[in-house]
Amino acid sequence: MARVLEVRDLRVEFRSRGKRVRAVNGVSFHLDDGETLGLVGESGCGKSVTALSIMRLIPRPPGRIVEGEAEFEGRDLLALSDDEIRRVRGNSIAMVFQDPMTSLNPVLSVGRQIGEALRVHRGMGRLAARKRTIELLEQVGIPSARQRVDDYPHQFSGGMRQRVMIAMALSCEPRVLIADEPTTALDVTIQAQILELLKRLQGELGMAMILITHDLGVMAGVADRVCVMYAGYIVESAAVDEAFKLPRHPYTLGLHRSLPNLVRGPRQRLVPIEGLPPDLANPQPGCPFQPRCQFRLDRCANENPDLEEVTPLHAIACWVDVTGGDRHTGQPRHPGVAVAG
Amino acid sequence: MSAEELLRVSNLKVYFTQTRGVLLRHGTGIVRAVDDVSFSLRRGETLGLVGESGSGKSSLGRAILQLRRPTSGSVLFEGVELTTLSGQRLRRLRRKTQMIFQDPYASLNPRMTVGRILAEPIRLHRLTSGAGVRRRVSELLHLVGLNPDFAHRYPHEFSGGQRQRIGIARALAVNPSLIVCDEPVSALDVSIRAQLINLLEDLQQRLQLTYLFIAHDLSVVRHISDVVAVMYLGKLVEVADSDDVYEDPLHPYTQALLSAVPIPDPDLERRRRRVRLEGDIPTALDPPSGCRFRTRCQYAQQRCSDEEPALVEVRSGHSVACHFWEQIAATRSAAMVKEVS
Repeated sequence: MARVLEVRDLRVEFRSRGKRVRAVNGVSFHLDDGETLGLVGESGCGKSVTALSIMRLIPRPPGRIVEGEAEFEGRDLLALSDDEIRRVRGNSIAMVFQDPMTSLNPVLSVGRQIGEALRVHRGMGRLAARKRTIELLEQVGIPSARQRVDDYPHQFSGGMRQRVMIAMALSCEPRVLIADEPTTALDVTIQAQILELLKRLQGELGMAMILITHDLGVMAGVADRVCVMYAGYIVESAAVDEAFKLPRHPYTLGLHRSLPNLVRGPRQRLVPIEGLPPDLANPQPGCPFQPRCQFRLDRCANENPDLEEVTPLHAIACWVDVTGGDRHTGQPRHPGVAVAG
Repeated sequence: MSAEELLRVSNLKVYFTQTRGVLLRHGTGIVRAVDDVSFSLRRGETLGLVGESGSGKSSLGRAILQLRRPTSGSVLFEGVELTTLSGQRLRRLRRKTQMIFQDPYASLNPRMTVGRILAEPIRLHRLTSGAGVRRRVSELLHLVGLNPDFAHRYPHEFSGGQRQRIGIARALAVNPSLIVCDEPVSALDVSIRAQLINLLEDLQQRLQLTYLFIAHDLSVVRHISDVVAVMYLGKLVEVADSDDVYEDPLHPYTQALLSAVPIPDPDLERRRRRVRLEGDIPTALDPPSGCRFRTRCQYAQQRCSDEEPALVEVRSGHSVACHFWEQIAATRSAAMVKEVS
């Protein structure tokens, strides 16, 4: 599979009340053609900031991309001029946000907003853009699209508004779609509709997708590969099946154990991760998860491990592999015991 | 579990008048947020109330506590009718019924220290005075797992999970027997959510609390509830023991809802066959005739629009409001047999 996007050592900071908040601390990952990469983590872990940095949508000030590269079609997105990145944004890389009501313009009809991208990026005339817009609305499953193209965002329900956002993102047939919590604001039955739509359209258009979510269930159903983020670091990266069945980082294991189970039988007490996430304005030496980690070793307090492969395509940033494997030999000693309880 | 009935809600209705205009204010319609709901709750039990946005679950919770007076119907709490109580007598009973809100930040006064927030209900209900108040505040903070020295701090100095602990401490300040928890963990991250769920379970055990637990997250509800009630457009459509609702749902809406929940298991997600629910939840301003779910139901027939199904106990402790639940159950098990063979 061809590599479509490669992010290397991305660091992003924000200034807040005179302090430097280190939101993203050297994140590297890649995205192949047609695949779905999931970025999962809790609030403040840097998953959205990572995505916004690729799109160069970090407001400056207070934000600043300190260093890093994002290679896309042979160019570094982080080094492009404002004009150049504008030609990429919404054209070959598009984005869908969590809240369609605040990301749509309330005083313009949805047709005009979708058409805008086509006219700007594709140089289409008004009529051609309108015709294509109606096709797009039909493609995302909006009933009687021809009548609804002139409606305003408030005339749509939450699920329908998210469909409009998706139509807009797909208008220029992007190679990469970044979906940032696309279903978090929606009810579960509507969420199921939208996720199914995204998967279907991804297949039809052959695009690659970065899905950002805090919901491990959504991740399990959509992603091919998963990067788990904590405190601005990627702490585990693996194919979706391994990330769920054989998590190797204590944080990933902790997330699984914190979840109440919908399917399995008798009720068991949840095993939460004790403590709170770290203060990103006041980083401590060592591993950022160490104060909450039950597998902590002495060295964890001083040395922050890099993200390294333990087995092919499965990497963790941890001195301890919770499956019992040694991160340098790659042999799990107790495979399969990870998600007990 | 004791069999003593703590709460009995009968034929409860909460209607809102939708109004238009400022000077010439006039009603334009009636929103039937809760329409003829009956159920009962035993002491020490947890009833989980699930449904999507707009189903009326929060309105029901508020009407039970008389925070919003119901339009009609009865709420019997410890044998006392609450809907006709007022003044002093209502206030006295309110001590026994408390609420925990979704957004702990919006429900705590930012200008008051935590100590004052917790002392206020104790003083108002004249439970103790002087040094006794201070002692009780420390005791409450300790009870919810916070450092008693935090009493002099303000809400903004706490994290989301800690604020929710303060909200719980405030509810406990007056020694209630019934607590309505309205989406108490929805705003929290996974790892913190598990801490709070465990806390709520511990407190229930220690203080013999009865919970009405309102949530849209079906996994959380399954974990915490003894009995689950499913609500759709102001009506209860199914009520049963938690395991029965999840293992053997009888109402087509419950079936669809459960099949829409993403499960954090990639294998299962791939194999699962979803009941697809088309469209959005209709408006409670003009609900469909007959069965309110019929517009989205794959099994709907003429009878469903002519005649409203009553909530009937069809098996021991398992009630459902559907004309065709038996046929649907037969069809489903036939389909399952086919799938297996």
